[in-house]
Amino acid sequence: MPDIVEIHNLRKAYSDGFEALKGVTLNIKQGEILALLGPNGAGKTTLISTVCGITTSTSGSVKVGGHDTLTDYRAARAMIGLVPQEINLEPFEKVISTVRFSRGLFGKPKDDAALEKILRQLSLWDKKDSQIRALSGGMKRRVLIAKALAHEPRVLFLDEPTAGVDVELRRDMWEIVADLKADGVTIILTTHYIEEAEAIADRIGVIAHGELLLVEDKNKLMARMGKKQLVVQLTKPVDTLPKALVSDAVTLSEDRTKLIYTYDTRAERTGITKLLSDVAAAGLVLTDLETSQSSLEEIFVGLVKEDAA
Amino acid sequence: MNWIAVTSIYKFEMARFFRTMTQSFVSPVLSTSLYFVVFGAAIGSRIQEVEGISYGAFIVPGLIMLSVITQSISNASFGIYFPKFIGTVFELLSAPISFIEIVLGYVGAAATKALFIGVIILITAFFFVDITILHPFWMVIFLLLTCVSFALFGFIIGIWAGNFEQLQLVPLLIITPLVFLGGSFYSISMLPPVWQVISHFNPVVYLISGFRWSFFGAADVPIVTSLFAIAGFTALCLAVIWWIFRTGWRIRQ
Repeated sequence: MPDIVEIHNLRKAYSDGFEALKGVTLNIKQGEILALLGPNGAGKTTLISTVCGITTSTSGSVKVGGHDTLTDYRAARAMIGLVPQEINLEPFEKVISTVRFSRGLFGKPKDDAALEKILRQLSLWDKKDSQIRALSGGMKRRVLIAKALAHEPRVLFLDEPTAGVDVELRRDMWEIVADLKADGVTIILTTHYIEEAEAIADRIGVIAHGELLLVEDKNKLMARMGKKQLVVQLTKPVDTLPKALVSDAVTLSEDRTKLIYTYDTRAERTGITKLLSDVAAAGLVLTDLETSQSSLEEIFVGLVKEDAA
Repeated sequence: MNWIAVTSIYKFEMARFFRTMTQSFVSPVLSTSLYFVVFGAAIGSRIQEVEGISYGAFIVPGLIMLSVITQSISNASFGIYFPKFIGTVFELLSAPISFIEIVLGYVGAAATKALFIGVIILITAFFFVDITILHPFWMVIFLLLTCVSFALFGFIIGIWAGNFEQLQLVPLLIITPLVFLGGSFYSISMLPPVWQVISHFNPVVYLISGFRWSFFGAADVPIVTSLFAIAGFTALCLAVIWWIFRTGWRIRQ
Protein backbone atom coordinates (compact mmCIF):
# COMPACT_ATOMS: atom_id res chain seq x y z
CA MET A 1 0.00 0.00 0.00
CA PRO A 2 1.30 3.52 -0.78
CA ASP A 3 1.94 6.07 1.97
CA ILE A 4 -1.03 8.39 2.44
CA VAL A 5 0.59 10.52 5.16
CA GLU A 6 4.25 11.52 4.95
CA ILE A 7 5.70 13.43 7.87
CA HIS A 8 9.29 14.50 7.45
CA ASN A 9 11.50 15.88 10.22
CA LEU A 10 8.63 17.76 11.84
CA ARG A 11 9.63 20.15 14.59
CA LYS A 12 7.53 22.30 16.88
CA ALA A 13 9.17 24.68 19.33
CA TYR A 14 7.25 27.20 21.42
CA SER A 15 8.38 30.72 22.21
CA ASP A 16 9.40 29.66 25.74
CA GLY A 17 11.88 27.21 24.18
CA PHE A 18 9.88 24.06 24.87
CA GLU A 19 10.24 21.57 22.03
CA ALA A 20 7.01 19.61 21.64
CA LEU A 21 8.21 17.77 18.52
CA LYS A 22 11.86 17.06 17.86
CA GLY A 23 12.12 16.08 14.23
CA VAL A 24 9.42 13.46 13.84
CA THR A 25 9.52 11.44 10.63
CA LEU A 26 6.66 9.05 10.02
CA ASN A 27 4.98 7.50 7.00
CA ILE A 28 1.50 6.09 7.30
CA LYS A 29 0.22 3.54 4.80
CA GLN A 30 -3.12 3.88 3.11
CA GLY A 31 -5.82 1.87 4.85
CA GLU A 32 -3.89 1.00 7.99
CA ILE A 33 -4.65 1.71 11.64
CA LEU A 34 -1.70 3.30 13.39
CA ALA A 35 -1.82 3.68 17.16
CA LEU A 36 0.39 6.35 18.68
CA LEU A 37 1.25 5.54 22.24
CA GLY A 38 2.91 7.87 24.64
CA PRO A 39 2.69 9.32 28.12
CA ASN A 40 1.06 12.68 28.84
CA GLY A 41 2.95 15.54 27.20
CA ALA A 42 4.75 13.20 24.81
CA GLY A 43 3.71 15.23 21.75
CA LYS A 44 0.89 13.04 20.42
CA THR A 45 -1.73 15.80 20.22
CA THR A 46 0.81 18.32 18.93
CA LEU A 47 1.72 15.93 16.13
CA ILE A 48 -1.93 15.47 15.15
CA SER A 49 -2.69 19.20 15.47
CA THR A 50 0.24 20.08 13.25
CA VAL A 51 -0.77 17.61 10.55
CA CYS A 52 -4.36 18.93 10.66
CA GLY A 53 -3.35 22.60 10.48
CA ILE A 54 -4.36 23.64 13.99
CA THR A 55 -0.77 24.16 15.10
CA THR A 56 1.93 25.69 12.94
CA SER A 57 5.13 23.71 12.70
CA THR A 58 8.54 25.28 13.26
CA SER A 59 10.11 23.25 10.47
CA GLY A 60 9.67 20.06 8.52
CA SER A 61 6.97 19.00 6.12
CA VAL A 62 3.73 17.04 6.04
CA LYS A 63 2.05 15.61 2.98
CA VAL A 64 -1.37 14.01 2.90
CA GLY A 65 -2.26 12.11 -0.23
CA GLY A 66 0.78 13.75 -1.84
CA HIS A 67 -0.46 17.27 -1.02
CA ASP A 68 1.69 19.51 1.15
CA THR A 69 -0.31 20.71 4.16
CA LEU A 70 1.11 24.24 3.84
CA THR A 71 1.40 24.95 0.12
CA ASP A 72 -1.56 22.80 -0.96
CA TYR A 73 -3.57 22.92 2.24
CA ARG A 74 -7.00 22.80 0.64
CA ALA A 75 -6.41 19.44 -1.05
CA ALA A 76 -4.55 18.05 1.96
CA ARG A 77 -7.12 19.08 4.57
CA ALA A 78 -10.03 17.92 2.44
CA MET A 79 -8.72 14.38 2.93
CA ILE A 80 -8.48 14.65 6.72
CA GLY A 81 -11.05 14.18 9.46
CA LEU A 82 -10.22 14.95 13.05
CA VAL A 83 -11.88 13.78 16.24
CA PRO A 84 -10.42 15.88 19.06
CA GLN A 85 -9.66 14.73 22.56
CA GLU A 86 -12.09 17.13 24.24
CA ILE A 87 -15.83 17.04 23.57
CA ASN A 88 -16.01 20.36 21.73
CA LEU A 89 -19.57 20.85 20.56
CA GLU A 90 -22.09 23.69 20.54
CA PRO A 91 -24.62 22.61 23.18
CA PHE A 92 -27.70 24.22 21.62
CA GLU A 93 -27.19 22.89 18.11
CA LYS A 94 -29.06 19.91 16.77
CA VAL A 95 -27.04 16.83 15.82
CA ILE A 96 -28.01 17.02 12.16
CA SER A 97 -27.26 20.74 11.81
CA THR A 98 -23.82 20.49 13.40
CA VAL A 99 -22.92 17.53 11.18
CA ARG A 100 -24.27 19.36 8.13
CA PHE A 101 -22.16 22.39 9.09
CA SER A 102 -19.01 20.24 9.24
CA ARG A 103 -19.69 18.86 5.77
CA GLY A 104 -20.21 22.35 4.40
CA LEU A 105 -17.02 23.67 6.00
CA PHE A 106 -15.07 21.14 3.97
CA GLY A 107 -16.69 22.39 0.78
CA LYS A 108 -18.89 19.35 0.21
CA PRO A 109 -22.38 20.03 -1.17
CA LYS A 110 -25.40 19.11 0.91
CA ASP A 111 -26.02 15.37 0.83
CA ASP A 112 -28.52 14.21 3.42
CA ALA A 113 -28.30 10.60 2.22
CA ALA A 114 -24.56 10.50 2.99
CA LEU A 115 -25.15 12.06 6.41
CA GLU A 116 -27.94 9.61 7.14
CA LYS A 117 -25.59 6.72 6.38
CA ILE A 118 -22.97 8.12 8.76
CA LEU A 119 -25.47 8.82 11.53
CA ARG A 120 -27.00 5.36 11.20
CA GLN A 121 -23.54 3.78 11.25
CA LEU A 122 -22.90 5.58 14.53
CA SER A 123 -26.35 4.81 15.96
CA LEU A 124 -27.18 8.52 15.97
CA TRP A 125 -29.98 8.64 13.43
CA ASP A 126 -32.68 8.55 16.12
CA LYS A 127 -31.00 11.51 17.80
CA LYS A 128 -30.56 13.64 14.70
CA ASP A 129 -33.03 16.29 15.86
CA SER A 130 -31.84 16.30 19.48
CA GLN A 131 -29.86 19.18 20.88
CA ILE A 132 -26.29 18.23 21.71
CA ARG A 133 -26.74 19.18 25.35
CA ALA A 134 -29.40 16.48 25.72
CA LEU A 135 -27.00 13.69 24.70
CA SER A 136 -24.94 11.44 26.93
CA GLY A 137 -21.16 11.68 26.95
CA GLY A 138 -20.86 8.62 24.74
CA MET A 139 -23.33 10.00 22.22
CA LYS A 140 -21.44 13.29 22.13
CA ARG A 141 -18.28 11.39 21.25
CA ARG A 142 -20.18 9.73 18.42
CA VAL A 143 -21.32 13.15 17.22
CA LEU A 144 -17.67 14.23 17.10
CA ILE A 145 -16.89 11.21 14.96
CA ALA A 146 -19.92 11.93 12.74
CA LYS A 147 -18.71 15.51 12.24
CA ALA A 148 -15.23 14.29 11.37
CA LEU A 149 -16.68 11.81 8.86
CA ALA A 150 -19.24 14.21 7.38
CA HIS A 151 -17.00 15.16 4.46
CA GLU A 152 -15.99 11.55 3.81
CA PRO A 153 -12.28 11.87 4.66
CA ARG A 154 -9.71 9.29 3.60
CA VAL A 155 -7.59 9.83 6.71
CA LEU A 156 -9.11 10.00 10.18
CA PHE A 157 -7.26 11.21 13.25
CA LEU A 158 -8.74 10.09 16.56
CA ASP A 159 -7.15 11.84 19.50
CA GLU A 160 -7.78 9.60 22.49
CA PRO A 161 -11.27 8.64 21.35
CA THR A 162 -12.01 6.39 24.28
CA ALA A 163 -10.55 8.49 27.08
CA GLY A 164 -12.94 8.39 30.01
CA VAL A 165 -15.59 6.25 28.35
CA ASP A 166 -17.00 3.02 29.75
CA VAL A 167 -15.92 -0.42 28.58
CA GLU A 168 -19.04 -0.99 26.48
CA LEU A 169 -18.65 2.24 24.56
CA ARG A 170 -14.96 1.55 24.09
CA ARG A 171 -15.81 -1.77 22.45
CA ASP A 172 -18.37 0.05 20.28
CA MET A 173 -15.69 2.52 19.23
CA TRP A 174 -13.38 -0.31 18.26
CA GLU A 175 -16.12 -1.73 16.09
CA ILE A 176 -16.67 1.67 14.46
CA VAL A 177 -12.94 1.93 13.78
CA ALA A 178 -12.92 -1.58 12.29
CA ASP A 179 -15.87 -0.64 10.03
CA LEU A 180 -14.10 2.52 8.88
CA LYS A 181 -10.98 0.55 8.10
CA ALA A 182 -13.12 -1.86 6.08
CA ASP A 183 -14.34 1.20 4.11
CA GLY A 184 -10.71 2.01 3.29
CA VAL A 185 -10.23 4.87 5.74
CA THR A 186 -6.72 5.27 7.14
CA ILE A 187 -6.89 5.74 10.90
CA ILE A 188 -4.37 7.27 13.22
CA LEU A 189 -5.33 7.15 16.87
CA THR A 190 -3.60 8.24 19.99
CA THR A 191 -4.34 6.38 23.15
CA HIS A 192 -3.23 5.74 26.68
CA TYR A 193 -4.88 2.35 26.63
CA ILE A 194 -2.36 -0.23 25.56
CA GLU A 195 -5.09 -2.84 25.21
CA GLU A 196 -6.77 -0.54 22.69
CA ALA A 197 -3.69 -0.43 20.52
CA GLU A 198 -3.19 -4.13 20.99
CA ALA A 199 -6.79 -4.84 19.98
CA ILE A 200 -7.22 -2.68 16.87
CA ALA A 201 -3.94 -1.31 15.53
CA ASP A 202 -1.94 -2.65 12.61
CA ARG A 203 1.14 -0.69 13.57
CA ILE A 204 2.28 0.89 16.80
CA GLY A 205 4.20 4.13 17.16
CA VAL A 206 5.70 5.04 20.50
CA ILE A 207 6.34 8.73 21.14
CA ALA A 208 7.97 10.29 24.18
CA HIS A 209 9.46 13.72 24.83
CA GLY A 210 8.61 14.83 21.27
CA GLU A 211 10.52 11.97 19.66
CA LEU A 212 9.19 8.98 17.86
CA LEU A 213 10.93 6.08 19.54
CA LEU A 214 9.72 3.44 17.15
CA VAL A 215 7.06 2.56 14.62
CA GLU A 216 6.54 -1.07 13.92
CA ASP A 217 4.02 -3.67 12.92
CA LYS A 218 2.19 -4.60 16.10
CA ASN A 219 2.72 -8.35 15.77
CA LYS A 220 6.36 -7.98 14.77
CA LEU A 221 6.94 -5.59 17.63
CA MET A 222 5.51 -8.00 20.12
CA ALA A 223 7.42 -10.87 18.60
CA ARG A 224 10.65 -8.88 18.46
CA MET A 225 10.52 -7.32 21.84
CA GLY A 226 8.26 -9.72 23.62
CA LYS A 227 9.82 -12.36 25.78
CA LYS A 228 8.03 -15.58 26.44
CA GLN A 229 8.05 -17.56 29.63
CA LEU A 230 7.50 -21.27 30.12
CA VAL A 231 6.28 -22.18 33.59
CA VAL A 232 6.89 -25.81 34.56
CA GLN A 233 4.67 -26.90 37.43
CA LEU A 234 6.29 -29.60 39.57
CA THR A 235 4.48 -32.24 41.61
CA LYS A 236 6.46 -31.37 44.75
CA PRO A 237 8.77 -28.54 45.83
CA VAL A 238 12.52 -28.71 45.28
CA ASP A 239 15.13 -27.20 47.58
CA THR A 240 17.50 -26.02 44.90
CA LEU A 241 17.71 -26.04 41.15
CA PRO A 242 19.28 -29.25 39.86
CA LYS A 243 22.81 -28.59 38.54
CA ALA A 244 21.86 -29.26 34.89
CA LEU A 245 19.17 -26.59 35.04
CA VAL A 246 21.21 -23.79 36.57
CA SER A 247 21.34 -20.89 34.10
CA ASP A 248 20.32 -17.23 33.81
CA ALA A 249 17.18 -18.28 31.97
CA VAL A 250 15.80 -20.57 34.67
CA THR A 251 14.51 -19.46 38.07
CA LEU A 252 12.69 -21.19 40.84
CA SER A 253 9.41 -19.74 42.09
CA GLU A 254 9.12 -18.57 45.69
CA ASP A 255 7.06 -21.59 46.70
CA ARG A 256 9.68 -23.75 44.95
CA THR A 257 7.07 -25.67 42.99
CA LYS A 258 7.61 -23.98 39.63
CA LEU A 259 10.49 -23.61 37.24
CA ILE A 260 10.29 -20.42 35.22
CA TYR A 261 12.13 -20.47 31.92
CA THR A 262 12.45 -17.23 29.94
CA TYR A 263 13.27 -17.51 26.26
CA ASP A 264 13.48 -15.39 23.16
CA THR A 265 10.81 -16.01 20.54
CA ARG A 266 13.15 -14.78 17.81
CA ALA A 267 15.87 -17.36 18.58
CA GLU A 268 16.35 -20.22 16.17
CA ARG A 269 16.23 -22.64 19.06
CA THR A 270 14.16 -21.83 22.09
CA GLY A 271 15.87 -24.44 24.29
CA ILE A 272 12.55 -25.86 25.45
CA THR A 273 13.31 -29.42 24.34
CA LYS A 274 16.64 -29.43 26.20
CA LEU A 275 15.00 -27.92 29.26
CA LEU A 276 12.36 -30.64 29.38
CA SER A 277 15.04 -33.32 28.88
CA ASP A 278 17.08 -31.86 31.73
CA VAL A 279 13.97 -31.75 33.94
CA ALA A 280 13.30 -35.40 33.23
CA ALA A 281 16.98 -36.31 33.73
CA ALA A 282 16.98 -34.57 37.10
CA GLY A 283 14.14 -36.84 38.16
CA LEU A 284 11.61 -34.03 38.49
CA VAL A 285 7.98 -34.87 37.75
CA LEU A 286 5.86 -32.17 36.23
CA THR A 287 2.10 -31.69 36.36
CA ASP A 288 1.52 -28.80 34.01
CA LEU A 289 3.13 -26.48 31.46
CA GLU A 290 2.11 -22.90 30.80
CA THR A 291 3.46 -20.21 28.48
CA SER A 292 2.91 -16.44 28.69
CA GLN A 293 4.03 -13.54 26.50
CA SER A 294 4.87 -10.02 27.66
CA SER A 295 2.11 -7.56 26.83
CA LEU A 296 2.39 -4.42 24.77
CA GLU A 297 2.09 -2.49 27.98
CA GLU A 298 5.27 -4.02 29.34
CA ILE A 299 7.02 -3.28 26.05
CA PHE A 300 5.76 0.31 26.09
CA VAL A 301 6.79 0.95 29.69
CA GLY A 302 10.19 -0.54 28.95
CA LEU A 303 10.71 1.68 25.93
CA VAL A 304 9.65 4.88 27.67
CA LYS A 305 11.83 4.09 30.68
CA GLU A 306 14.75 3.37 28.39
CA ASP A 307 14.23 6.74 26.67
CA ALA A 308 14.03 8.59 29.98
CA ALA A 309 17.27 6.96 31.13
CA MET B 1 -12.95 30.14 -3.35
CA ASN B 2 -14.79 27.66 -1.12
CA TRP B 3 -18.26 29.23 -1.39
CA ILE B 4 -19.96 26.23 0.19
CA ALA B 5 -17.89 26.79 3.35
CA VAL B 6 -18.69 30.52 3.31
CA THR B 7 -22.43 29.88 3.06
CA SER B 8 -22.22 27.14 5.69
CA ILE B 9 -20.67 29.54 8.21
CA TYR B 10 -23.13 32.26 7.18
CA LYS B 11 -26.20 30.04 7.53
CA PHE B 12 -24.96 28.56 10.80
CA GLU B 13 -24.52 32.03 12.29
CA MET B 14 -27.85 33.27 10.96
CA ALA B 15 -29.58 30.22 12.44
CA ARG B 16 -28.19 31.21 15.85
CA PHE B 17 -29.63 34.71 15.28
CA PHE B 18 -33.11 33.42 14.43
CA ARG B 19 -33.00 30.94 17.31
CA THR B 20 -32.69 33.84 19.73
CA MET B 21 -35.44 35.89 18.11
CA THR B 22 -36.47 37.80 21.25
CA GLN B 23 -32.95 38.91 21.97
CA SER B 24 -32.27 39.62 18.30
CA PHE B 25 -35.35 41.63 17.32
CA VAL B 26 -37.53 42.57 20.25
CA SER B 27 -34.71 43.98 22.34
CA PRO B 28 -33.50 46.62 19.80
CA VAL B 29 -37.07 47.57 18.88
CA LEU B 30 -37.96 48.05 22.53
CA SER B 31 -34.87 50.07 23.35
CA THR B 32 -35.35 52.26 20.26
CA SER B 33 -38.96 52.89 21.19
CA LEU B 34 -37.80 53.93 24.66
CA TYR B 35 -35.28 56.34 23.12
CA PHE B 36 -38.07 57.89 21.08
CA VAL B 37 -40.28 58.21 24.13
CA VAL B 38 -37.55 59.73 26.31
CA PHE B 39 -35.54 61.80 23.81
CA GLY B 40 -38.16 62.37 21.14
CA ALA B 41 -41.34 62.95 23.12
CA ALA B 42 -40.31 63.94 26.65
CA ILE B 43 -37.10 65.93 26.06
CA GLY B 44 -37.51 66.56 22.33
CA SER B 45 -40.79 68.41 22.81
CA ARG B 46 -38.84 71.08 24.69
CA ILE B 47 -36.11 71.36 22.05
CA GLN B 48 -36.55 73.55 19.00
CA GLU B 49 -35.68 72.23 15.60
CA VAL B 50 -32.05 71.24 14.99
CA GLU B 51 -30.72 72.49 11.66
CA GLY B 52 -34.30 72.89 10.49
CA ILE B 53 -35.27 69.31 11.40
CA SER B 54 -37.61 68.31 14.20
CA TYR B 55 -35.62 66.83 17.08
CA GLY B 56 -37.54 63.54 16.97
CA ALA B 57 -36.59 63.02 13.31
CA PHE B 58 -33.05 64.37 13.84
CA ILE B 59 -32.11 61.58 16.23
CA VAL B 60 -33.33 58.75 13.94
CA PRO B 61 -30.05 58.34 11.97
CA GLY B 62 -28.08 58.51 15.23
CA LEU B 63 -30.28 55.89 16.85
CA ILE B 64 -29.94 53.59 13.87
CA MET B 65 -26.16 54.04 13.88
CA LEU B 66 -26.01 53.44 17.63
CA SER B 67 -27.75 50.07 17.28
CA VAL B 68 -26.07 49.06 14.03
CA ILE B 69 -22.58 49.75 15.35
CA THR B 70 -23.10 47.97 18.67
CA GLN B 71 -24.92 45.04 17.04
CA SER B 72 -22.27 44.64 14.31
CA ILE B 73 -19.55 44.51 16.92
CA SER B 74 -21.32 42.23 19.38
CA ASN B 75 -22.55 39.78 16.73
CA ALA B 76 -19.19 39.46 15.00
CA SER B 77 -17.15 39.32 18.20
CA PHE B 78 -19.42 36.68 19.75
CA GLY B 79 -19.56 34.73 16.48
CA ILE B 80 -15.82 34.05 16.44
CA TYR B 81 -15.21 34.16 20.19
CA PHE B 82 -17.77 31.46 21.02
CA PRO B 83 -16.06 28.73 18.92
CA LYS B 84 -12.80 29.72 20.60
CA PHE B 85 -14.42 29.55 24.03
CA ILE B 86 -16.03 26.13 23.59
CA GLY B 87 -13.18 24.73 21.51
CA THR B 88 -14.98 24.19 18.20
CA VAL B 89 -12.57 26.58 16.51
CA PHE B 90 -10.39 23.53 15.73
CA GLU B 91 -12.88 22.70 13.01
CA LEU B 92 -12.38 26.05 11.29
CA LEU B 93 -8.61 25.75 11.52
CA SER B 94 -8.50 22.23 10.14
CA ALA B 95 -10.99 22.83 7.31
CA PRO B 96 -9.81 23.56 3.75
CA ILE B 97 -10.78 27.22 3.95
CA SER B 98 -8.83 30.44 3.74
CA PHE B 99 -9.06 33.34 6.18
CA ILE B 100 -10.96 35.34 3.57
CA GLU B 101 -13.67 32.68 3.54
CA ILE B 102 -13.84 32.56 7.34
CA VAL B 103 -14.13 36.35 7.50
CA LEU B 104 -16.74 36.44 4.74
CA GLY B 105 -18.87 33.90 6.60
CA TYR B 106 -18.69 35.43 10.07
CA VAL B 107 -18.54 39.11 9.14
CA GLY B 108 -21.18 38.65 6.45
CA ALA B 109 -23.57 37.10 8.97
CA ALA B 110 -22.86 39.71 11.64
CA ALA B 111 -23.31 42.54 9.13
CA THR B 112 -26.58 41.04 7.90
CA LYS B 113 -27.92 40.77 11.44
CA ALA B 114 -26.99 44.41 12.14
CA LEU B 115 -28.55 45.47 8.84
CA PHE B 116 -31.80 43.71 9.78
CA ILE B 117 -31.85 45.52 13.08
CA GLY B 118 -31.08 48.85 11.39
CA VAL B 119 -34.01 48.36 9.02
CA ILE B 120 -36.31 47.33 11.88
CA ILE B 121 -35.38 50.47 13.82
CA LEU B 122 -36.01 52.58 10.74
CA ILE B 123 -39.44 50.99 10.34
CA THR B 124 -40.12 51.52 14.07
CA ALA B 125 -39.11 55.17 13.70
CA PHE B 126 -41.79 55.71 11.08
CA PHE B 127 -44.37 54.97 13.78
CA PHE B 128 -43.05 57.81 15.96
CA VAL B 129 -41.89 60.61 13.64
CA ASP B 130 -42.24 61.87 10.09
CA ILE B 131 -39.07 61.12 8.16
CA THR B 132 -38.12 61.64 4.56
CA ILE B 133 -34.97 60.11 3.14
CA LEU B 134 -33.42 62.52 0.66
CA HIS B 135 -30.66 60.22 -0.59
CA PRO B 136 -31.87 56.61 -0.17
CA PHE B 137 -29.00 55.19 -2.27
CA TRP B 138 -26.38 56.80 -0.03
CA MET B 139 -28.34 55.83 3.05
CA VAL B 140 -28.07 52.17 2.02
CA ILE B 141 -24.36 52.58 1.19
CA PHE B 142 -23.60 54.18 4.57
CA LEU B 143 -25.63 51.56 6.38
CA LEU B 144 -23.91 48.69 4.58
CA LEU B 145 -20.42 50.15 5.03
CA THR B 146 -21.04 50.72 8.73
CA CYS B 147 -22.38 47.19 9.22
CA VAL B 148 -19.41 45.64 7.43
CA SER B 149 -16.67 47.82 8.91
CA PHE B 150 -17.85 47.43 12.51
CA ALA B 151 -18.47 43.72 12.02
CA LEU B 152 -14.82 43.49 10.92
CA PHE B 153 -13.85 45.42 14.03
CA GLY B 154 -15.99 43.08 16.15
CA PHE B 155 -14.30 40.09 14.54
CA ILE B 156 -10.93 41.46 15.67
CA ILE B 157 -12.26 41.94 19.21
CA GLY B 158 -13.59 38.37 19.21
CA ILE B 159 -10.18 37.02 18.26
CA TRP B 160 -8.38 39.24 20.74
CA ALA B 161 -10.69 38.51 23.68
CA GLY B 162 -9.45 35.93 26.13
CA ASN B 163 -12.64 35.88 28.20
CA PHE B 164 -16.20 37.23 28.22
CA GLU B 165 -15.16 40.30 30.20
CA GLN B 166 -12.68 41.33 27.52
CA LEU B 167 -15.33 40.65 24.91
CA GLN B 168 -17.48 43.36 26.48
CA LEU B 169 -14.64 45.71 27.36
CA VAL B 170 -14.08 47.53 24.07
CA PRO B 171 -17.78 47.90 23.14
CA LEU B 172 -18.66 49.18 26.61
CA LEU B 173 -15.68 51.39 27.37
CA ILE B 174 -14.80 52.69 23.93
CA ILE B 175 -17.54 52.20 21.37
CA THR B 176 -20.56 53.26 23.44
CA PRO B 177 -18.96 56.56 24.57
CA LEU B 178 -17.73 57.26 21.02
CA VAL B 179 -21.22 56.69 19.61
CA PHE B 180 -22.94 58.77 22.28
CA LEU B 181 -20.38 61.55 21.85
CA GLY B 182 -20.43 61.20 18.08
CA GLY B 183 -23.54 63.31 17.56
CA SER B 184 -26.18 60.61 17.85
CA PHE B 185 -28.51 62.93 19.74
CA TYR B 186 -27.16 66.36 18.80
CA SER B 187 -25.37 68.28 16.11
CA ILE B 188 -21.65 68.85 16.62
CA SER B 189 -22.28 72.53 15.86
CA MET B 190 -24.28 72.72 19.13
CA LEU B 191 -21.09 72.06 21.13
CA PRO B 192 -18.64 74.72 22.41
CA PRO B 193 -15.79 75.39 19.90
CA VAL B 194 -13.19 73.36 21.85
CA TRP B 195 -15.42 70.29 21.97
CA GLN B 196 -16.22 70.70 18.30
CA VAL B 197 -12.48 70.35 17.54
CA ILE B 198 -12.13 67.37 19.90
CA SER B 199 -15.17 65.71 18.32
CA HIS B 200 -13.44 65.66 14.96
CA PHE B 201 -11.05 63.04 16.39
CA ASN B 202 -14.02 60.77 17.01
CA PRO B 203 -14.41 58.53 13.93
CA VAL B 204 -18.06 57.88 14.71
CA VAL B 205 -18.83 61.57 14.07
CA TYR B 206 -18.08 61.03 10.38
CA LEU B 207 -20.36 58.01 10.15
CA ILE B 208 -23.33 59.60 11.86
CA SER B 209 -22.84 62.84 9.98
CA GLY B 210 -22.73 61.08 6.63
CA PHE B 211 -25.70 58.90 7.49
CA ARG B 212 -27.70 61.91 8.69
CA TRP B 213 -26.84 63.74 5.45
CA SER B 214 -28.40 60.85 3.48
CA PHE B 215 -31.66 61.51 5.39
CA PHE B 216 -31.84 65.30 5.61
CA GLY B 217 -29.12 66.68 3.35
CA ALA B 218 -27.45 68.36 6.36
CA ALA B 219 -24.10 67.21 7.79
CA ASP B 220 -21.51 68.22 10.41
CA VAL B 221 -18.63 67.23 8.10
CA PRO B 222 -18.39 67.02 4.31
CA ILE B 223 -19.90 63.85 2.88
CA VAL B 224 -16.69 62.89 1.05
CA THR B 225 -14.77 63.08 4.32
CA SER B 226 -17.33 60.75 5.87
CA LEU B 227 -16.94 58.27 3.05
CA PHE B 228 -13.15 58.36 3.26
CA ALA B 229 -13.30 57.90 7.03
CA ILE B 230 -15.44 54.79 6.83
CA ALA B 231 -13.43 53.40 3.91
CA GLY B 232 -10.22 54.00 5.84
CA PHE B 233 -11.61 52.29 8.93
CA THR B 234 -12.70 49.29 6.83
CA ALA B 235 -9.26 49.07 5.22
CA LEU B 236 -7.56 49.24 8.62
CA CYS B 237 -9.73 46.43 10.01
CA LEU B 238 -9.06 44.30 6.93
CA ALA B 239 -5.32 44.85 7.30
CA VAL B 240 -5.41 43.82 10.96
CA ILE B 241 -7.44 40.67 10.15
CA TRP B 242 -5.04 39.78 7.35
CA TRP B 243 -2.16 40.09 9.82
CA ILE B 244 -4.00 37.99 12.43
CA PHE B 245 -4.49 35.11 10.04
CA ARG B 246 -1.02 35.38 8.59
CA THR B 247 0.59 35.13 12.02
CA GLY B 248 -2.10 32.99 13.68
CA TRP B 249 -2.23 35.51 16.54
CA ARG B 250 -4.59 34.28 19.28
CA ILE B 251 -5.94 31.58 16.98
CA ARG B 252 -3.28 29.12 15.94
CA GLN B 253 -0.61 27.82 18.28
